[in-house]
Amino acid sequence: MDKLADIASLMRSKNAGPFMLTIDIMFDDLSVYERVKESGALSRAVVAEKYGLSENKVMFFYCDTALAIKASIPRPITQGDIGDSDGHGGQQFIPLMDIDIP
Amino acid sequence: MNPDFIGCDAGSTDAGPYYLATGKTAFPLPSIKRDLRIMVKGGRQNNIPVLIGSCGTAGGDIQLRTMFGLLKEIVTEEGLSLRVALVHCEQDFEYLKAKLREGKVHPLDNPPKFDEAVIDGSEHIVGMAGAEPFQEALEGGADVVLCGRASDTAIFASRAMMLGAPEGPSWHAAKILECGNAAATQRKTPDCMMAIIREDHFDIFAGDPEIRCTPQSIASHSLYENADPFELKECSGTLEISEATYEALDERSVRVRGSRFLPANTYTVKLEGAEIAGYQSVTIGSIRDPFMIRQFDDWLARLKEKLAARFEMVYGDTLSPDDYFINFRTYGKDGTMGTLEPVKEITSHELCLVCEITAKTQSLANDLSGIYRHQALHLPIPEWHGLITGLATPYNPSYLERGPVARFNINHVVLPESPLEMFPIEYHDLSA
Repeated sequence: MDKLADIASLMRSKNAGPFMLTIDIMFDDLSVYERVKESGALSRAVVAEKYGLSENKVMFFYCDTALAIKASIPRPITQGDIGDSDGHGGQQFIPLMDIDIP
Repeated sequence: MNPDFIGCDAGSTDAGPYYLATGKTAFPLPSIKRDLRIMVKGGRQNNIPVLIGSCGTAGGDIQLRTMFGLLKEIVTEEGLSLRVALVHCEQDFEYLKAKLREGKVHPLDNPPKFDEAVIDGSEHIVGMAGAEPFQEALEGGADVVLCGRASDTAIFASRAMMLGAPEGPSWHAAKILECGNAAATQRKTPDCMMAIIREDHFDIFAGDPEIRCTPQSIASHSLYENADPFELKECSGTLEISEATYEALDERSVRVRGSRFLPANTYTVKLEGAEIAGYQSVTIGSIRDPFMIRQFDDWLARLKEKLAARFEMVYGDTLSPDDYFINFRTYGKDGTMGTLEPVKEITSHELCLVCEITAKTQSLANDLSGIYRHQALHLPIPEWHGLITGLATPYNPSYLERGPVARFNINHVVLPESPLEMFPIEYHDLSA
């Protein structure tokens, strides 16, 4: 069992325009990518749960050529609007770091 | 390398709504002028056009004028002679209202409410230009195209397609080029990329021979800042790259095949708008007392009650709850992620408490911040008997004036009659 953050080569989040947030989880090794993908430990449902959203609000992708898994969610607060805490959305991937990967 | 043109994506919404609302630039003018000089001189030396989109961050008319001013200085300083096209992307409010009434404004993902009042309340609204206004400007003989807000990719795809390159590879190469060498394995410093587009593929590499691109680095770039990594929407259609393949040509270049462009039935132009949400004052304070930290949530709840009561005492009916908004950020607890923060227990030995008050006027925001200071300083806790001063404030006055704060207020597209309708072009022949 490993934590996702310990086997990914890069985890990052960023605005995808002012109204959406996108999270990229990247790997530098095909076998690690496939292990995570096939484990099902990281899924649309898990992202929805971690961010308190219903599943239909989560876009979720496996990007085989990039060895990456990607999720996009609506921003809780529009970029730069009153109350937004992260203008570039760069520190919003943290809830996924501790996911256990068998 | 014999490039056919130089392109540059000079702006974004990424810097935030302030720039569209105010017409200011996110980068300082000397930085912009430095980059513009390199590109314009390179364009003239090689007799190739220079295409710049999203001028001055947000691509409004004020920022387009700012860039035009810098270009004129460069032309004089360098002894150049050139024809420049200014593509205006700022939108007329009456035009947009008419489009709205005709049902020719459609929402995108997670849109805010959009109506005529939103249009009237906006500081600036820009349309995002597609490839066609760039092509029109080049047909008009422009050596340099300064465009307001533009699709990042359209800047690069426009010229490639004019020269006969196929749509799929042109748009896909453009998507990578627009971020410069962000698609390389290690970006030492922001720098440019080069693409060679042929019939059914393109090859891409960095200008700097020490910078490497790999199939994975290029493939993964399509993830960056896009909600959907396989479908990228443009005015005239969709770039579809789910079946694209990436092959290493050598240690630093990648060949990409299988990129497709699916033309849309209806041409759409994305709008971006910004309005002033209010005027803000911010008080930064810190808490070190462990007795306060262990009851922080309760202390803050009591402080909020106390503040509301004090505002009532001071202003009575003359201040309504709609006239101001208070937001607290607690660094050391959940300042970065707010309610999404998975760690619920405070383990830090000190907290930073930011109190941000937004009001209809700056003076009201300042006044309310003054009241906050006094209430927060002396709010008692049960452990200490007597008057405490529980918040350390590093600045005097304790609040910082933030001035106007802006918000993005539109996430919609317009259906114009033609791709050029929203983007008038103005030409100038400049010489030293």
